[in-house]
Amino acid sequence: MGIFVSDVGSLLAALGTTITMAVIAGIGSIVLGVVITAARISPIPVLRGAALVYVQFFVNVPLLVLLVVAVFALPDAGLMMPLTPTAVIVLTFYEAAYTAEAIRSGVNTVSAGQIEASRALGFTLLQTLRLVVVPQALRAAVQPIGNVMIALTMNTALAAAVGVVELTSSANKLNLVQAQPILIFSVTGAVYMALALAIGLGAGRIERRVAIKR
Amino acid sequence: MPDQDSSVGPSAMVEMRGVQKHFGEHHVLKDVDLSVARGEVVVVVGPSGSGKSTLCRCINRLETITSGTITVDGVPLPEEGKALAQLRAEVGMVFQSFNLFAHRTVLDNLTMAPIHVHGTSRAQAQTNARELLERVGISEKANQFPAQLSGGQQQRAAIARALAMRPKVMLFDEPTSALDPEMVSEVLDVMVTLAAEGLTMIVVTHEMGFARRAADRVVFMDDGYVVEQNTPAAFFDSPQSTRAQAFLSKILPR
Repeated sequence: MGIFVSDVGSLLAALGTTITMAVIAGIGSIVLGVVITAARISPIPVLRGAALVYVQFFVNVPLLVLLVVAVFALPDAGLMMPLTPTAVIVLTFYEAAYTAEAIRSGVNTVSAGQIEASRALGFTLLQTLRLVVVPQALRAAVQPIGNVMIALTMNTALAAAVGVVELTSSANKLNLVQAQPILIFSVTGAVYMALALAIGLGAGRIERRVAIKR
Repeated sequence: MPDQDSSVGPSAMVEMRGVQKHFGEHHVLKDVDLSVARGEVVVVVGPSGSGKSTLCRCINRLETITSGTITVDGVPLPEEGKALAQLRAEVGMVFQSFNLFAHRTVLDNLTMAPIHVHGTSRAQAQTNARELLERVGISEKANQFPAQLSGGQQQRAAIARALAMRPKVMLFDEPTSALDPEMVSEVLDVMVTLAAEGLTMIVVTHEMGFARRAADRVVFMDDGYVVEQNTPAAFFDSPQSTRAQAFLSKILPR
Protein backbone atom coordinates (compact mmCIF):
# COMPACT_ATOMS: atom_id res chain seq x y z
CA MET A 1 0.00 0.00 0.00
CA GLY A 2 3.08 2.21 0.36
CA ILE A 3 2.99 3.08 -3.30
CA PHE A 4 -0.29 4.94 -2.80
CA VAL A 5 0.91 6.87 0.25
CA SER A 6 3.76 8.49 -1.65
CA ASP A 7 1.28 9.92 -4.17
CA VAL A 8 -1.72 10.38 -1.92
CA GLY A 9 -2.01 14.11 -2.58
CA SER A 10 -2.33 13.87 -6.33
CA LEU A 11 -4.55 10.78 -6.12
CA LEU A 12 -6.99 12.53 -3.81
CA ALA A 13 -6.97 15.59 -6.04
CA ALA A 14 -7.74 13.33 -9.00
CA LEU A 15 -10.57 11.64 -7.09
CA GLY A 16 -11.85 15.13 -6.30
CA THR A 17 -11.84 15.93 -10.02
CA THR A 18 -13.78 12.73 -10.79
CA ILE A 19 -16.39 13.51 -8.14
CA THR A 20 -16.66 17.17 -9.17
CA MET A 21 -17.16 16.19 -12.80
CA ALA A 22 -19.79 13.62 -11.85
CA VAL A 23 -21.69 16.01 -9.56
CA ILE A 24 -21.73 18.99 -11.94
CA ALA A 25 -22.52 16.89 -15.02
CA GLY A 26 -25.07 14.94 -12.98
CA ILE A 27 -27.01 18.01 -11.87
CA GLY A 28 -26.66 19.56 -15.31
CA SER A 29 -27.92 16.45 -17.08
CA ILE A 30 -30.95 16.16 -14.79
CA VAL A 31 -31.92 19.81 -15.40
CA LEU A 32 -31.33 19.48 -19.14
CA GLY A 33 -33.12 16.12 -19.10
CA VAL A 34 -36.24 17.75 -17.60
CA VAL A 35 -36.19 20.42 -20.32
CA ILE A 36 -35.75 17.81 -23.07
CA THR A 37 -38.57 15.70 -21.65
CA ALA A 38 -40.84 18.74 -21.44
CA ALA A 39 -40.12 19.40 -25.12
CA ARG A 40 -40.62 15.72 -25.90
CA ILE A 41 -44.14 15.68 -24.49
CA SER A 42 -45.14 19.23 -25.50
CA PRO A 43 -47.99 19.79 -27.96
CA ILE A 44 -45.61 21.69 -30.28
CA PRO A 45 -44.41 19.36 -33.07
CA VAL A 46 -41.15 21.27 -33.71
CA LEU A 47 -40.11 20.95 -30.06
CA ARG A 48 -41.07 17.28 -29.98
CA GLY A 49 -39.04 16.61 -33.12
CA ALA A 50 -36.00 18.51 -31.84
CA ALA A 51 -36.06 16.63 -28.53
CA LEU A 52 -36.32 13.30 -30.34
CA VAL A 53 -33.39 14.15 -32.62
CA TYR A 54 -31.36 15.25 -29.58
CA VAL A 55 -31.94 12.01 -27.71
CA GLN A 56 -31.30 9.85 -30.76
CA PHE A 57 -28.09 11.71 -31.58
CA PHE A 58 -26.51 11.38 -28.16
CA VAL A 59 -27.65 7.82 -27.59
CA ASN A 60 -26.17 6.72 -30.91
CA VAL A 61 -22.77 8.42 -30.84
CA PRO A 62 -20.03 7.03 -28.56
CA LEU A 63 -19.06 9.33 -25.69
CA LEU A 64 -15.37 9.01 -26.56
CA VAL A 65 -16.03 10.32 -30.05
CA LEU A 66 -17.90 13.31 -28.60
CA LEU A 67 -15.06 14.00 -26.15
CA VAL A 68 -12.41 13.83 -28.86
CA VAL A 69 -14.44 16.08 -31.13
CA ALA A 70 -15.01 18.61 -28.35
CA VAL A 71 -11.40 18.64 -27.18
CA PHE A 72 -9.65 18.66 -30.56
CA ALA A 73 -12.16 20.04 -33.04
CA LEU A 74 -13.71 22.90 -31.07
CA PRO A 75 -10.37 24.72 -30.54
CA ASP A 76 -9.82 24.46 -34.31
CA ALA A 77 -13.15 26.22 -34.70
CA GLY A 78 -11.90 28.96 -32.38
CA LEU A 79 -13.62 27.79 -29.18
CA MET A 80 -10.95 27.56 -26.52
CA MET A 81 -11.81 26.09 -23.13
CA PRO A 82 -9.87 24.26 -20.41
CA LEU A 83 -10.00 20.47 -20.62
CA THR A 84 -12.03 19.60 -17.53
CA PRO A 85 -14.93 22.04 -18.18
CA THR A 86 -15.03 20.82 -21.77
CA ALA A 87 -15.34 17.21 -20.58
CA VAL A 88 -18.03 18.20 -18.04
CA ILE A 89 -20.07 19.93 -20.73
CA VAL A 90 -19.82 16.95 -23.07
CA LEU A 91 -20.80 14.58 -20.26
CA THR A 92 -23.76 16.81 -19.37
CA PHE A 93 -25.10 16.90 -22.93
CA TYR A 94 -24.47 13.18 -23.41
CA GLU A 95 -26.04 11.95 -20.17
CA ALA A 96 -28.97 14.37 -20.51
CA ALA A 97 -30.23 12.15 -23.34
CA TYR A 98 -30.33 9.23 -20.92
CA THR A 99 -31.85 11.17 -18.01
CA ALA A 100 -34.48 12.47 -20.44
CA GLU A 101 -35.43 8.90 -21.31
CA ALA A 102 -35.51 7.98 -17.61
CA ILE A 103 -37.76 10.96 -16.82
CA ARG A 104 -40.00 10.18 -19.78
CA SER A 105 -40.58 6.72 -18.34
CA GLY A 106 -41.64 8.53 -15.16
CA VAL A 107 -43.99 10.83 -17.08
CA ASN A 108 -45.79 7.78 -18.40
CA THR A 109 -46.73 6.88 -14.82
CA VAL A 110 -48.79 10.09 -14.45
CA SER A 111 -52.36 9.29 -15.43
CA ALA A 112 -53.89 11.17 -18.34
CA GLY A 113 -56.82 11.90 -16.03
CA GLN A 114 -54.68 14.00 -13.69
CA ILE A 115 -53.44 16.02 -16.64
CA GLU A 116 -57.04 16.57 -17.77
CA ALA A 117 -58.04 17.59 -14.25
CA SER A 118 -55.16 20.04 -14.20
CA ARG A 119 -56.27 21.60 -17.49
CA ALA A 120 -59.87 21.67 -16.32
CA LEU A 121 -58.82 23.65 -13.22
CA GLY A 122 -57.31 26.34 -15.43
CA PHE A 123 -53.61 25.50 -15.19
CA THR A 124 -51.56 26.51 -18.20
CA LEU A 125 -49.41 23.89 -19.91
CA LEU A 126 -46.33 25.03 -18.00
CA GLN A 127 -48.20 24.96 -14.68
CA THR A 128 -49.50 21.48 -15.46
CA LEU A 129 -45.95 20.32 -16.12
CA ARG A 130 -44.47 22.08 -13.09
CA LEU A 131 -47.17 21.29 -10.53
CA VAL A 132 -48.52 17.94 -11.63
CA VAL A 133 -46.43 16.07 -14.18
CA VAL A 134 -42.79 16.76 -13.30
CA PRO A 135 -43.04 16.19 -9.52
CA GLN A 136 -44.64 12.80 -10.06
CA ALA A 137 -42.45 11.86 -13.02
CA LEU A 138 -39.27 12.63 -11.07
CA ARG A 139 -40.47 10.53 -8.14
CA ALA A 140 -41.03 7.54 -10.40
CA ALA A 141 -37.73 8.17 -12.18
CA VAL A 142 -35.47 8.33 -9.10
CA GLN A 143 -34.09 4.82 -9.48
CA PRO A 144 -33.60 4.98 -13.27
CA ILE A 145 -31.94 8.40 -12.89
CA GLY A 146 -29.71 6.87 -10.18
CA ASN A 147 -28.59 4.27 -12.70
CA VAL A 148 -27.79 7.00 -15.23
CA MET A 149 -25.79 8.82 -12.54
CA ILE A 150 -23.77 5.66 -11.87
CA ALA A 151 -23.08 5.26 -15.59
CA LEU A 152 -22.11 8.93 -15.73
CA THR A 153 -19.61 8.49 -12.89
CA MET A 154 -18.05 5.54 -14.69
CA ASN A 155 -18.00 7.53 -17.92
CA THR A 156 -15.92 10.30 -16.35
CA ALA A 157 -13.01 7.85 -16.75
CA LEU A 158 -13.19 8.39 -20.52
CA ALA A 159 -12.10 11.96 -19.93
CA ALA A 160 -8.65 10.49 -19.15
CA ALA A 161 -8.35 9.70 -22.85
CA VAL A 162 -8.46 13.38 -23.75
CA GLY A 163 -6.05 14.50 -21.04
CA VAL A 164 -8.22 15.31 -18.01
CA VAL A 165 -6.34 14.35 -14.86
CA GLU A 166 -9.03 12.43 -13.03
CA LEU A 167 -8.87 9.20 -11.05
CA THR A 168 -8.17 6.76 -13.90
CA SER A 169 -5.61 9.04 -15.49
CA SER A 170 -3.91 9.57 -12.15
CA ALA A 171 -3.83 5.82 -11.48
CA ASN A 172 -2.36 5.30 -14.91
CA LYS A 173 0.39 7.82 -14.17
CA LEU A 174 1.16 6.08 -10.89
CA ASN A 175 1.39 2.77 -12.70
CA LEU A 176 3.90 4.17 -15.19
CA VAL A 177 6.23 4.84 -12.26
CA GLN A 178 5.42 1.84 -10.04
CA ALA A 179 4.59 -0.82 -12.64
CA GLN A 180 2.07 -2.59 -10.40
CA PRO A 181 -1.01 -2.60 -12.66
CA ILE A 182 -2.99 -5.29 -10.85
CA LEU A 183 -2.82 -3.65 -7.47
CA ILE A 184 -3.18 -0.08 -8.70
CA PHE A 185 -6.15 -0.69 -10.98
CA SER A 186 -7.86 -3.05 -8.53
CA VAL A 187 -7.82 -0.32 -5.90
CA THR A 188 -8.93 2.26 -8.46
CA GLY A 189 -11.76 -0.03 -9.52
CA ALA A 190 -12.79 -0.49 -5.89
CA VAL A 191 -12.97 3.29 -5.49
CA TYR A 192 -15.33 3.50 -8.52
CA MET A 193 -17.39 0.69 -7.02
CA ALA A 194 -17.65 2.60 -3.76
CA LEU A 195 -18.85 5.69 -5.65
CA ALA A 196 -21.45 3.63 -7.53
CA LEU A 197 -22.61 2.02 -4.32
CA ALA A 198 -22.97 5.42 -2.66
CA ILE A 199 -25.05 6.73 -5.57
CA GLY A 200 -27.20 3.59 -5.58
CA LEU A 201 -27.85 3.78 -1.84
CA GLY A 202 -28.53 7.52 -2.11
CA ALA A 203 -31.05 6.93 -4.89
CA GLY A 204 -32.78 4.23 -2.86
CA ARG A 205 -33.01 6.57 0.11
CA ILE A 206 -34.42 9.42 -1.96
CA GLU A 207 -36.90 7.04 -3.58
CA ARG A 208 -38.24 5.96 -0.20
CA ARG A 209 -38.38 9.53 1.11
CA VAL A 210 -40.36 10.94 -1.81
CA ALA A 211 -42.57 7.91 -2.35
CA ILE A 212 -46.23 8.87 -2.72
CA LYS A 213 -48.24 7.54 0.21
CA ARG A 214 -50.69 4.83 -0.76
CA MET B 1 -87.13 28.07 -9.90
CA PRO B 2 -84.82 28.77 -12.82
CA ASP B 3 -86.15 29.48 -16.25
CA GLN B 4 -87.37 26.25 -17.81
CA ASP B 5 -87.36 27.63 -21.33
CA SER B 6 -84.73 25.92 -23.46
CA SER B 7 -84.13 29.08 -25.51
CA VAL B 8 -83.06 31.35 -22.70
CA GLY B 9 -80.91 33.48 -25.00
CA PRO B 10 -77.99 35.64 -23.97
CA SER B 11 -78.59 35.25 -20.24
CA ALA B 12 -77.81 31.52 -20.50
CA MET B 13 -74.82 30.24 -18.53
CA VAL B 14 -73.99 27.66 -21.17
CA GLU B 15 -75.19 27.91 -24.72
CA MET B 16 -74.47 25.31 -27.39
CA ARG B 17 -75.63 26.00 -30.94
CA GLY B 18 -75.37 23.60 -33.87
CA VAL B 19 -72.52 21.69 -32.25
CA GLN B 20 -71.04 18.90 -34.36
CA LYS B 21 -68.26 16.62 -33.16
CA HIS B 22 -66.44 13.94 -35.10
CA PHE B 23 -63.89 11.44 -33.81
CA GLY B 24 -62.40 10.54 -37.16
CA GLU B 25 -65.18 8.80 -39.08
CA HIS B 26 -67.36 8.62 -36.01
CA HIS B 27 -70.01 11.36 -35.75
CA VAL B 28 -70.47 11.77 -31.97
CA LEU B 29 -72.47 14.98 -31.58
CA LYS B 30 -75.06 15.75 -34.22
CA ASP B 31 -76.26 19.34 -34.43
CA VAL B 32 -76.64 19.73 -30.68
CA ASP B 33 -78.47 22.78 -29.31
CA LEU B 34 -78.54 23.19 -25.56
CA SER B 35 -79.04 26.14 -23.26
CA VAL B 36 -78.47 25.98 -19.55
CA ALA B 37 -79.76 28.88 -17.51
CA ARG B 38 -78.06 30.40 -14.49
CA GLY B 39 -78.76 28.25 -11.46
CA GLU B 40 -80.29 25.47 -13.52
CA VAL B 41 -79.50 21.81 -12.90
CA VAL B 42 -79.51 19.84 -16.13
CA VAL B 43 -79.10 16.10 -16.04
CA VAL B 44 -78.01 14.44 -19.27
CA VAL B 45 -79.03 10.81 -19.64
CA GLY B 46 -78.87 8.29 -22.44
CA PRO B 47 -77.38 4.97 -23.46
CA SER B 48 -73.61 4.37 -23.51
CA GLY B 49 -72.03 5.90 -26.58
CA SER B 50 -74.86 8.39 -27.04
CA GLY B 51 -72.40 11.28 -26.82
CA LYS B 52 -73.37 12.62 -23.41
CA SER B 53 -69.86 12.50 -21.94
CA THR B 54 -68.44 14.11 -25.05
CA LEU B 55 -71.05 16.87 -24.79
CA CYS B 56 -69.94 17.51 -21.23
CA ARG B 57 -66.24 17.54 -22.15
CA CYS B 58 -66.80 19.96 -25.02
CA ILE B 59 -68.10 22.64 -22.67
CA ASN B 60 -64.64 23.30 -21.20
CA ARG B 61 -62.93 22.29 -24.42
CA LEU B 62 -61.30 19.13 -23.15
CA GLU B 63 -62.69 18.00 -26.49
CA THR B 64 -62.66 20.35 -29.46
CA ILE B 65 -65.77 20.55 -31.59
CA THR B 66 -65.88 20.19 -35.35
CA SER B 67 -68.35 23.03 -35.88
CA GLY B 68 -70.97 25.07 -34.08
CA THR B 69 -70.63 27.49 -31.17
CA ILE B 70 -70.38 27.14 -27.42
CA THR B 71 -70.54 30.11 -25.08
CA VAL B 72 -70.08 30.13 -21.34
CA ASP B 73 -71.62 33.09 -19.54
CA GLY B 74 -71.91 34.86 -22.89
CA VAL B 75 -68.25 34.35 -23.84
CA PRO B 76 -67.43 32.09 -26.80
CA LEU B 77 -64.94 29.33 -25.93
CA PRO B 78 -61.43 30.63 -26.67
CA GLU B 79 -58.88 28.65 -28.66
CA GLU B 80 -55.91 27.21 -26.74
CA GLY B 81 -53.79 29.43 -24.53
CA LYS B 82 -54.23 31.72 -21.53
CA ALA B 83 -57.80 32.73 -22.39
CA LEU B 84 -58.90 29.10 -22.48
CA ALA B 85 -57.16 28.41 -19.16
CA GLN B 86 -59.05 31.38 -17.70
CA LEU B 87 -62.36 30.07 -18.94
CA ARG B 88 -61.63 26.61 -17.58
CA ALA B 89 -60.90 28.19 -14.20
CA GLU B 90 -64.55 29.31 -14.16
CA VAL B 91 -65.95 25.93 -15.16
CA GLY B 92 -65.61 23.22 -12.54
CA MET B 93 -65.33 19.63 -13.62
CA VAL B 94 -65.76 16.36 -11.79
CA PHE B 95 -64.55 13.20 -13.51
CA GLN B 96 -65.61 9.60 -13.34
CA SER B 97 -62.14 8.56 -12.13
CA PHE B 98 -61.73 11.42 -9.58
CA ASN B 99 -58.31 12.40 -10.98
CA LEU B 100 -56.99 13.84 -7.74
CA PHE B 101 -53.31 14.76 -7.80
CA ALA B 102 -51.73 11.67 -6.26
CA HIS B 103 -48.58 13.36 -4.95
CA ARG B 104 -50.40 16.05 -2.95
CA THR B 105 -52.53 15.90 0.17
CA VAL B 106 -56.27 16.41 -0.08
CA LEU B 107 -55.86 19.95 1.26
CA ASP B 108 -53.18 20.73 -1.34
CA ASN B 109 -55.44 19.33 -4.04
CA LEU B 110 -57.99 21.97 -3.05
CA THR B 111 -55.55 24.89 -2.69
CA MET B 112 -53.28 24.40 -5.72
CA ALA B 113 -55.57 25.91 -8.33
CA PRO B 114 -56.79 28.89 -6.23
CA ILE B 115 -53.16 29.73 -5.38
CA HIS B 116 -51.63 29.26 -8.82
CA VAL B 117 -54.53 30.28 -11.05
CA HIS B 118 -56.40 32.90 -9.00
CA GLY B 119 -53.41 34.12 -6.99
CA THR B 120 -55.22 33.56 -3.69
CA SER B 121 -52.92 33.64 -0.65
CA ARG B 122 -52.00 30.25 0.78
CA ALA B 123 -53.63 31.04 4.13
CA GLN B 124 -56.88 32.17 2.51
CA ALA B 125 -56.92 29.20 0.15
CA GLN B 126 -56.45 26.82 3.07
CA THR B 127 -59.23 28.43 5.08
CA ASN B 128 -61.59 28.10 2.11
CA ALA B 129 -60.43 24.55 1.46
CA ARG B 130 -61.10 23.47 5.04
CA GLU B 131 -64.60 24.96 4.85
CA LEU B 132 -65.26 23.04 1.64
CA LEU B 133 -63.95 19.78 3.08
CA GLU B 134 -66.26 20.36 6.03
CA ARG B 135 -69.14 20.86 3.61
CA VAL B 136 -68.49 17.59 1.78
CA GLY B 137 -67.94 15.81 5.09
CA ILE B 138 -64.27 14.82 4.89
CA SER B 139 -62.55 17.52 6.95
CA GLU B 140 -60.61 14.87 8.88
CA LYS B 141 -58.96 13.74 5.62
CA ALA B 142 -57.31 17.10 4.84
CA ASN B 143 -53.75 15.91 5.41
CA GLN B 144 -54.08 12.49 3.83
CA PHE B 145 -53.11 11.51 0.33
CA PRO B 146 -55.76 10.61 -2.26
CA ALA B 147 -54.86 6.92 -2.33
CA GLN B 148 -55.57 6.72 1.42
CA LEU B 149 -59.23 7.67 0.84
CA SER B 150 -62.14 5.51 -0.26
CA GLY B 151 -63.60 6.09 -3.70
CA GLY B 152 -66.54 8.03 -2.32
CA GLN B 153 -64.25 10.22 -0.23
CA GLN B 154 -61.98 10.82 -3.20
CA GLN B 155 -64.91 11.90 -5.33
CA ARG B 156 -66.15 14.26 -2.62
CA ALA B 157 -62.63 15.69 -2.41
CA ALA B 158 -62.66 16.11 -6.19
CA ILE B 159 -65.98 17.96 -5.99
CA ALA B 160 -64.54 20.20 -3.27
CA ARG B 161 -61.45 20.80 -5.42
CA ALA B 162 -63.63 22.02 -8.27
CA LEU B 163 -65.75 24.16 -5.92
CA ALA B 164 -62.60 25.77 -4.48
CA MET B 165 -62.32 27.72 -7.74
CA ARG B 166 -65.81 29.19 -7.15
CA PRO B 167 -66.92 28.09 -10.62
CA LYS B 168 -69.86 29.64 -12.45
CA VAL B 169 -70.94 26.22 -13.60
CA MET B 170 -70.02 22.66 -12.64
CA LEU B 171 -69.75 19.77 -15.06
CA PHE B 172 -70.14 16.24 -13.68
CA ASP B 173 -69.02 13.50 -16.06
CA GLU B 174 -70.51 10.27 -14.66
CA PRO B 175 -69.32 11.10 -11.14
CA THR B 176 -70.62 7.90 -9.54
CA SER B 177 -69.93 5.37 -12.28
CA ALA B 178 -66.57 4.27 -10.85
CA LEU B 179 -67.84 3.95 -7.30
CA ASP B 180 -68.75 0.90 -5.30
CA PRO B 181 -72.54 0.86 -4.85
CA GLU B 182 -72.42 1.67 -1.13
CA MET B 183 -70.50 4.88 -1.85
CA VAL B 184 -72.78 6.29 -4.51
CA SER B 185 -75.21 7.95 -2.15
CA GLU B 186 -72.59 9.91 -0.18
CA VAL B 187 -71.51 11.57 -3.43
CA LEU B 188 -75.06 12.10 -4.70
CA ASP B 189 -76.05 13.67 -1.36
CA VAL B 190 -73.33 16.30 -1.80
CA MET B 191 -74.54 16.95 -5.35
CA VAL B 192 -78.16 17.26 -4.26
CA THR B 193 -77.12 19.85 -1.68
CA LEU B 194 -75.18 21.82 -4.29
CA ALA B 195 -78.16 21.72 -6.63
CA ALA B 196 -80.44 23.00 -3.86
CA GLU B 197 -78.01 25.84 -3.18
CA GLY B 198 -78.52 27.14 -6.70
CA LEU B 199 -75.26 26.07 -8.35
CA THR B 200 -75.50 25.77 -12.14
CA MET B 201 -74.84 22.11 -12.88
CA ILE B 202 -74.63 19.89 -15.91
CA VAL B 203 -74.61 16.28 -14.80
CA VAL B 204 -74.02 13.26 -16.99
CA THR B 205 -75.18 10.25 -15.02
CA HIS B 206 -76.94 6.94 -14.98
CA GLU B 207 -78.45 7.75 -11.58
CA MET B 208 -82.10 8.28 -12.45
CA GLY B 209 -82.93 8.78 -8.78
CA PHE B 210 -80.64 11.81 -8.72
CA ALA B 211 -82.25 13.13 -11.90
CA ARG B 212 -85.69 12.90 -10.30
CA ARG B 213 -84.59 14.47 -7.04
CA ALA B 214 -82.33 17.27 -8.17
CA ALA B 215 -82.78 18.05 -11.85
CA ASP B 216 -84.66 21.06 -13.19
CA ARG B 217 -84.50 19.50 -16.61
CA VAL B 218 -83.57 16.12 -18.04
CA VAL B 219 -81.89 15.99 -21.43
CA PHE B 220 -82.07 12.65 -23.20
CA MET B 221 -79.40 11.87 -25.77
CA ASP B 222 -79.18 9.00 -28.19
CA ASP B 223 -76.80 8.36 -31.07
CA GLY B 224 -75.35 11.89 -30.88
CA TYR B 225 -78.69 13.70 -30.94
CA VAL B 226 -80.48 15.53 -28.17
CA VAL B 227 -83.69 13.59 -28.63
CA GLU B 228 -85.86 14.96 -25.89
CA GLN B 229 -85.75 17.34 -22.94
CA ASN B 230 -88.28 17.91 -20.23
CA THR B 231 -88.84 18.26 -16.51
CA PRO B 232 -87.86 15.07 -14.65
CA ALA B 233 -91.46 14.27 -13.80
CA ALA B 234 -92.65 14.64 -17.39
CA PHE B 235 -89.63 12.82 -18.82
CA PHE B 236 -89.77 9.80 -16.55
CA ASP B 237 -93.54 9.47 -16.39
CA SER B 238 -94.43 10.18 -19.99
CA PRO B 239 -91.44 10.15 -22.34
CA GLN B 240 -92.44 11.45 -25.76
CA SER B 241 -89.96 9.76 -28.11
CA THR B 242 -89.89 6.04 -28.74
CA ARG B 243 -86.13 6.02 -28.12
CA ALA B 244 -86.57 7.52 -24.67
CA GLN B 245 -89.37 5.07 -23.95
CA ALA B 246 -87.13 2.16 -24.99
CA PHE B 247 -84.24 3.53 -22.89
CA LEU B 248 -86.36 4.03 -19.79
CA SER B 249 -88.00 0.63 -20.09
CA LYS B 250 -84.52 -0.92 -19.98
CA ILE B 251 -83.15 0.96 -16.97
CA LEU B 252 -86.07 1.71 -14.67
CA PRO B 253 -86.93 -0.99 -12.16
CA ARG B 254 -89.95 -2.88 -13.35
